[in-house]
Amino acid sequence: MREISFSEATLEAMAEEMSRDERVFVMGEDIARQGGIFGQFKGLPQKFGFERVRDTPISETAIVGVGVGAALAGMRPIVDMHFADFITVAMDEVVNQMAKIRYMFGGQCTLPIVLRAPDGIIRSAAAQHSQSLEAWFLHVPGLKVVIPSNPADAKGLLKSAIRSDDPVLYFEHKALFAVKGPVPDGDHLVSIGKARIARSGRDLTIVSYSLMLQSVLEAADALSKDGIDVEVIDLRTISPMDNETIFASVKKTKRLIIVHEAVKTGGVGAEIAARVAEEMIDFLDAPIRRLGAPFVPIPFSPALEKLVKISAADVIRVAKEICA
Amino acid sequence: MHTIVADRKSSVEPGTEQNTTILPVYDPEFLKLLYRRMVAIRLFEEKAGELFLAGELPGFVHLYVGEEAIAVGVCANLTATDYITSTHRGHGHCIAKGAQIERMMAEIFGKRTGYCKGKGGSMHIADFSIGMLGANGVVGGGLNLAVGAALAAKMRGSGQVAVCFFGDGASNRGTFHEALNMAAVWKLPVVFVCENNQWASTTPYRTATAVRDVADRAASYGIPGVIADGNDVFEVYETAKKSVGAARDRHGPTLIEAKTYRIKGHFVGDPELYRTKAEVQEQFEKNDPLKNFMKKVTANAWLCPEELEAIKAEMGGVIQQAVETARKTPYPGAYELEAGLYVEGEVSDAGN
Repeated sequence: MREISFSEATLEAMAEEMSRDERVFVMGEDIARQGGIFGQFKGLPQKFGFERVRDTPISETAIVGVGVGAALAGMRPIVDMHFADFITVAMDEVVNQMAKIRYMFGGQCTLPIVLRAPDGIIRSAAAQHSQSLEAWFLHVPGLKVVIPSNPADAKGLLKSAIRSDDPVLYFEHKALFAVKGPVPDGDHLVSIGKARIARSGRDLTIVSYSLMLQSVLEAADALSKDGIDVEVIDLRTISPMDNETIFASVKKTKRLIIVHEAVKTGGVGAEIAARVAEEMIDFLDAPIRRLGAPFVPIPFSPALEKLVKISAADVIRVAKEICA
Repeated sequence: MHTIVADRKSSVEPGTEQNTTILPVYDPEFLKLLYRRMVAIRLFEEKAGELFLAGELPGFVHLYVGEEAIAVGVCANLTATDYITSTHRGHGHCIAKGAQIERMMAEIFGKRTGYCKGKGGSMHIADFSIGMLGANGVVGGGLNLAVGAALAAKMRGSGQVAVCFFGDGASNRGTFHEALNMAAVWKLPVVFVCENNQWASTTPYRTATAVRDVADRAASYGIPGVIADGNDVFEVYETAKKSVGAARDRHGPTLIEAKTYRIKGHFVGDPELYRTKAEVQEQFEKNDPLKNFMKKVTANAWLCPEELEAIKAEMGGVIQQAVETARKTPYPGAYELEAGLYVEGEVSDAGN
């Protein structure tokens, strides 16, 4: 299979969907003339013009609000948030408008909008350009939240998000943009709401997603040499969450670790741990463990930044503790 | 609904100075439509206030009494495919855009036959079939939605126009700035209608806003800012006619400031400790848009008082009927609780 980068995969997804449906358009800061700050929009305006690939003023509130209004009026906008951190500038638009509109208007409308939100730690971007905020939106009914870990899923999930009639937040780790991987040719779609077994195993289930999946897979390989057979679940969608895949795996392995880059407190791991504890605590042979960032903003200094990141070694240590 | 049928010039000889005075003449059916909508709003609001105080309506209710001329005057320039966005004080905008009174009433009762199946209530009535993109519980929340609808219209080349109603309070939100700037720089077909009713909740305009006129702010965005007497439906209509026409003709947005006064409290039950009853009484006597309308149409013999009375009685009947129907209609069933949050299925076939 051909190999392309995560960034190229998202570009293909947008181009294919824009060719397929003239209502699809893209807007955001620095995306048309600049090609996006991570190059993830390069070449798109040359194909589709500056009307459908729109540079906006630095007005996050308007970018999201206008996207919502355009979606209500029959368009299918893809809105780039520049950095996931900047969703905070448009929280009313995301939480009070986008998430609520369909339900509070009694299902009169659909809201086909995608927010692309580059998140995560990269090269000392510091406190306001490094966050992983996906858990906030798990808490808001009315949104769908996806978070790919590789180029194939990046393409398939973005295409599904664009075709979805519900609002979708698409979190993409900045450190993944340059990562290459196999991507199927043709109309490659990945269903929203479906997790993937990234590695089968029988001793321990590790649920993870996004960039962190790489460390988890690396840890799983190392653990197999010590006789611990790890099943790795790539969550892919945060909301609606694929309980079924998680529960089936935990029933088999009887042990669970959840790993994410986001702050551990109140994170996606807390929700998964709670669901498993509520539904199947009797199946567990060990306490559920969570690995996530400590409760601090992301620091600037490389010496400190590396301390908030979860490494494969951290995963191995915790896995050995609960498999002992 | 462009129903000015002729310009009646004065009967003075050509060449004299008076000849330049042009008084528009309105089609009687158009005048009746204006009155029907204004009086429907007034009666709907009076009834809503009464029902709320009697404990029949849940939630909050914000009344549009005294501001009827703005919604009606503006919407008389719109077609059913044009868009509007509205506010927490939104009943008037719905009626002016042509919404069904019965479904509105059922909604504010929280009944399943309401516009939103009882899930929205007074602050969230919408009717997408007539381009009414929703009232909004967040002050300033509708500004960018209207800009988005205008962007959709522009990208499609459909000739549709979007109108955003908002208050003087919302003009102090950041959304106002971002929306007007983006609409201006993209020359979008949108008209911003600021209903300056002098009160942002309990705070007087003059204590919250440094400029005397909100319309002045248009200069910051390089768009026209005009002031209309919001208590005169004819002045609102004519002002909006120019702005809607300009938007439709691709000349970009306008900011209209319609000056009015909020006759009722911020919400029904507001003790109104921030102003005197005498002030409100004086404003209502001087500026009631319905009285203004009646004076003008009867003085010019455009309509007779009996015609107006008949319309009022008819609308009173419609509203009473809506109340009785809403009372009888069931509440939504428990099965409705989780229905309609997401569109069924994971992936829609967007190409069709």
